[in-house]
Amino acid sequence: MKIISAKKITETIRNLCLKANLDLRNDVLAALKLARLREKNKRARNILDAIVKNAFIAREERLAICQDTGIPCVFVELGQDVKINGDLNKAINKGIVQGYKNGFFRESIVKEPISRKESGYTPTVIHIDIVGGDKLKLTVLPKGFGCENKSQLKMFNPTAKIEEIKEFIIEAVKAAGPDACPPYVVGVGIGGTADLAMLLAKKSLLRRLQTPNSKLQTLEKELLNKINHLNIGPMGLGGNTTALAVNIEIYPTHIAGLPVAVNISCHALRSATKTL
Amino acid sequence: MKKIISFLDKKAIAGLRVGDEVFLTGIIYTARDQAHKRLAEVIRKKEKLPFALKGAIIYYCGPAKTPKGRIIGSCGPTTSSRMDEFTLCLLEKGLKGMIGKGDRSGEVAAAIKKYKAVYFLTYAGCGALMASYIRSAEVLAYQDLGPEAIYRLRVEKFPLLVAIDSKGRDIYK
Repeated sequence: MKIISAKKITETIRNLCLKANLDLRNDVLAALKLARLREKNKRARNILDAIVKNAFIAREERLAICQDTGIPCVFVELGQDVKINGDLNKAINKGIVQGYKNGFFRESIVKEPISRKESGYTPTVIHIDIVGGDKLKLTVLPKGFGCENKSQLKMFNPTAKIEEIKEFIIEAVKAAGPDACPPYVVGVGIGGTADLAMLLAKKSLLRRLQTPNSKLQTLEKELLNKINHLNIGPMGLGGNTTALAVNIEIYPTHIAGLPVAVNISCHALRSATKTL
Repeated sequence: MKKIISFLDKKAIAGLRVGDEVFLTGIIYTARDQAHKRLAEVIRKKEKLPFALKGAIIYYCGPAKTPKGRIIGSCGPTTSSRMDEFTLCLLEKGLKGMIGKGDRSGEVAAAIKKYKAVYFLTYAGCGALMASYIRSAEVLAYQDLGPEAIYRLRVEKFPLLVAIDSKGRDIYK
């Protein structure tokens, strides 16, 4: 049994919020630079240069990579041999407030979704998985809403052809078009239930862009290739860089259905992880 | 073509063509979803606007908070199409420029042509970079809206791309 204090969790979340929003993930930066080298469209190259420059300014000057510091989605992998001293949910939300205040980030959350009243930093969205062992893994994924607004879910028939699924994913990218800050990272969740497919799609964004899903790399590669032939390009102004990666996660599902979810990330795909 | 502008009068607007790269040195006003809703309401009720729309340029932006010792925090553009439903009445009142990201409805493009205005794009998802072009920032109205308040920004060589020109030519079409 390992004891972890709520205070330690708050401090960790605080630091992860700052890291995620100020230091662009190295794998994302590497993918952007590679895309810049491969890009054939001059205007697209120009935009990719600005995106890379923005990441450096953010890192150097401690300014948020994007003003939309999103809903900082928190993923918790809680080892069943961990005992938390204090309240986990409160500790996480407190850490977010501290981190977001410290970084001078935007209060992007409204407490009342219908009346739109009271903007602030919390409450955030937390996903908890109980796993074996005595570790606590915390991940913060600030998800901007330009891209979150382009999320899609389709419940296919179990007899659907793979071509239909591919078309749905490609159409979701087309529907996002220029709005959600391309080049995108396309997160896909296949299987489970409606809610789990959406969660898998989002979780897939946490995977390093250069690491394919070992069981699905042919499909990921084929989709990426097709998407990069759509000529949407950076800011939707054309070019062969519409997506940096397609990350797919799968899960067993019911004999009567086949849920497919798409969760798109903008080029500023931000996340940070720490294991206690 | 690269062009430099400081305000949008008839002549400047007529000289801008879709695809032109423009550097703006002058005044712009931030307004996004909730501020647009209020501006439209003010116009509907024939009340006084918080700033003169005639000849004005609106930047679809909700900046991050301002770090100590800085002029402004991260401040890139937000998705323009969410403002489409409020844009017509603002153009009618003399709005001449809009800055954002992504495309606009056919209705907005037609109104831009009708009222001889311009829609610009700027670097999307690059809030830290955009902050470097801002020389002064003050909250002008709707402070209660927090990040959605209207800011008056003085910008220098703010990079823009003409996406819809006054002839209605659209970069996305």
